[in-house]
Amino acid sequence: MFPISDYKKATTIEEALALMAEDPGLRPIAGGTDILIKLHKGKPGYDRLVDIHDVAALSGIRLNDSGDIVIGPGTVFNQVIANELIQTHLPVLATALATIGGPQVRNMGTIGGNLCNGVPSADSAPALLVFNATVTLRSHTGVRQLLVADFFKGPGEVDLAPGELLTAITIPAADHRDHFGHYIKYAMRDAMDIATIGCAAAVAIEGDRLGDLRLAFGVAAPVPIRCPAAEAAAKGRPLDGELAERVAAAVLSDVRPRDSWRAAKDFRLQIIGELARRALRHAVMNAGGRLPCDRP
Amino acid sequence: MRQTIAITLNGSPRRFDVDVRQSLMEVLREQAGTLSVKQGCGVGECGACTVLIDDAPVDSCIYLAVWADGRAVRTTEGECRDGQLSPVQQAFVEEGAVQCGICTPGFVMAATALTERRPGEPLDRDAIRRGLAGNLCRCTGYATIVTAVEKCICREEE
Ligand code: FES
Ligand code: FES
Repeated sequence: MFPISDYKKATTIEEALALMAEDPGLRPIAGGTDILIKLHKGKPGYDRLVDIHDVAALSGIRLNDSGDIVIGPGTVFNQVIANELIQTHLPVLATALATIGGPQVRNMGTIGGNLCNGVPSADSAPALLVFNATVTLRSHTGVRQLLVADFFKGPGEVDLAPGELLTAITIPAADHRDHFGHYIKYAMRDAMDIATIGCAAAVAIEGDRLGDLRLAFGVAAPVPIRCPAAEAAAKGRPLDGELAERVAAAVLSDVRPRDSWRAAKDFRLQIIGELARRALRHAVMNAGGRLPCDRP
Repeated sequence: MRQTIAITLNGSPRRFDVDVRQSLMEVLREQAGTLSVKQGCGVGECGACTVLIDDAPVDSCIYLAVWADGRAVRTTEGECRDGQLSPVQQAFVEEGAVQCGICTPGFVMAATALTERRPGEPLDRDAIRRGLAGNLCRCTGYATIVTAVEKCICREEE
């Protein structure tokens, strides 16, 4: 039995917000794949819950009138992966989510939970970052929207006030239409493992030049990050063999990896440079271009 | 913090009076008597507790029992019909994919979901391994398990 001390069930968003307004100490639980493990291990701070597992309005994926993709944060990973809109317009997100856990975990865990956990290794984060995704946060008194990039505050910490609930993840039409991406997860095992480094790239090609590069990393800093130096180094450059090397060199000033039992800092830096090259090359390919490889 | 849940367990409607703090695994083992559901790690790592909920595999150790309310739950007990093993169970027997057996019910359910999901779609050994990536076995070395699943997919195609 899990050491839950307080449990309220919500079936609508409004009900969840009202419960959380009344008692801001309640923590939402959706898929449970992180919170129930923490409870099982006796970690304090997770014992008072508002259950949003069955709030239907929090799950599902749709295109809104502007062509933005709106993902319900309660949608489980496997539903996001199999969704036609995602397969057509944002396959890189499906690629990223397919690297999480194993089949069972992907049937339970939700994309919103993956973000709200705020861990640097969240596989959904780099893919959402390169498509300029936003999160919509609702409380009993109001609603605000911010870039996923601004949502992460520190390891395990997100910009979510007590009483606030993540109610939508939105990928703007312009971003998913013009950019093509790729995600690579480097981990010790191919399944049931968290990323040692995760890297997403998205590009827009203009003729034989790279119109725009967006590059994001997980586990390369205390929070998932975009890489402004690498992006600037690539913008408008010809699609030649030198491009990947420029990006791999510039990215080192964007990242701040740390030493841990999982991997040493120097090793992470090596992987970061290499994943930047590979993700860029694949993203260019997905955009219909080709990046020659002329490394020795 | 008690609640009554109504589930369809292996095809039969059942009601259970549960504590909201209980995992589905606990209710299945302690109240429903479906003891094929094993606890290995208890934290979603090993897949020994795998059951199908609305035909999708989940780790019942990190799934609250109350979430199963109104849903269909399948365990290996229900796969055997009229004294006949299911194709997946039969293939496990024939290939000797069982040693100590603690992981077997979880593997059988994960494999069942995998073979039922897209009938007729060919799955190579790599795809089978990915489909079973949420299950750990400490005995067999996996080769016989993958072969068993391969075999029942081939049979389906015949
Ligand atoms: S006991 Fe549930 S995954 Fe190990
Ligand atoms: S047969 Fe012993 S753990 Fe798999």
